[in-house]
Amino acid sequence: MSIEALKDLAAHIEATHSDSVRASQIVVGELTLLAERDHIISLLRFLRDDQQCNFETLIDICGVDYPERSDRFEVVYHLLSMRMNHRIRVRIRTDEETPVPSATVLWPAANWFEREAFDMYGIQFSDHPDLRRILTDYGFEGYPLRKDFPLTGNYEVRYDDLEKRVVYEPVKLTQEYRNFDFLSPWEGMTSQIPGDEKAVSEEASE
Amino acid sequence: MADDGFKKYALGAARSGVEGGFVPRADDPFYNGLSDELADKGYFTAAADDLIAWARTGSLMWMTFGLACCAVEMMHAGNPRYDLERFGMAPRGSPRQSDVMIVAGTLTNKMAPALRKVYDQMPEPRYVISMGSCANGGGYYHYSYSVVRGCDRIVPVDIYVPGCPPTAEALVYGFLQLQKKIRREGSIER
Repeated sequence: MSIEALKDLAAHIEATHSDSVRASQIVVGELTLLAERDHIISLLRFLRDDQQCNFETLIDICGVDYPERSDRFEVVYHLLSMRMNHRIRVRIRTDEETPVPSATVLWPAANWFEREAFDMYGIQFSDHPDLRRILTDYGFEGYPLRKDFPLTGNYEVRYDDLEKRVVYEPVKLTQEYRNFDFLSPWEGMTSQIPGDEKAVSEEASE
Repeated sequence: MADDGFKKYALGAARSGVEGGFVPRADDPFYNGLSDELADKGYFTAAADDLIAWARTGSLMWMTFGLACCAVEMMHAGNPRYDLERFGMAPRGSPRQSDVMIVAGTLTNKMAPALRKVYDQMPEPRYVISMGSCANGGGYYHYSYSVVRGCDRIVPVDIYVPGCPPTAEALVYGFLQLQKKIRREGSIER
């Protein structure tokens, strides 16, 4: 897929959907559209049905968390056209409360992807047929892929010999998580060992 | 088993001076004695619990509890190349027919009650082999919000097989260690 063809495709989409596409960019040979949340279904429907786009396959829907933004979440759609042999990425923004229109009306495969995004980030999807948790434990609290979620979570399990069942308890770590200083030669190696730069500069000066 | 150290073992290699194990020697007094006894009388005597422990080591039906990539190595160990069946160890699909459970892979919080339930369904005597770093102590996912930091928090473990994942040979070696353990402390007393 040449860059020229991607530019033509982007121009074609932007010309027909100027109100729903905020911007488009081509990075490392991949086309990305920044779209408006409220118009996402009409845009995706166009991308699926238009003869020039023909993105019939939904590859993935996922979430991204940018905690510093006011609209902290992004929902990213990856589409593939088998017939035209090209791909596209569509990104929209949302926050904790505002629901994103569900793409299940266009692709049934969107069902579990959106459940996963809901499970991991707490992103809401409107008109989703079955929006409940999919991966985390039964009765899990919180959204583990949010940046403000503690790495080790809040609860851990163990088998209680008296109660004869698996019980949940607050996390108690015998050793805290360590963030290694990879610049230190004692904790991690860098591509260049500290001190080696002197040898290189001497060689260069000769 | 009464471990007085002087008990007459007919079976069980303790008599040959190797604790719980068996190092083949060309001229082993224990096996020579056994062979002479068989040739002389046509039978030999053994303590009942030794006989039962010996029988147990020879038919360790293992239950597949494959949770992650370790399960692939477990499959290798069960298939003809490493061939656990030459030790009489056959895979079973049901906990009610198995003697040993191999916890092969990452045990998550969500899976933990199911693992315990399956373990509780196994008949006595039952053994557990914890296979791989994740099952041994959480491994790569030790600090994760969703992973049990070692399956010994859920079930009692007999043998830990290290590795990420352990090779099929390592698992076979773990099984041989389990046999050794059963020979050492196997008992029909409850």
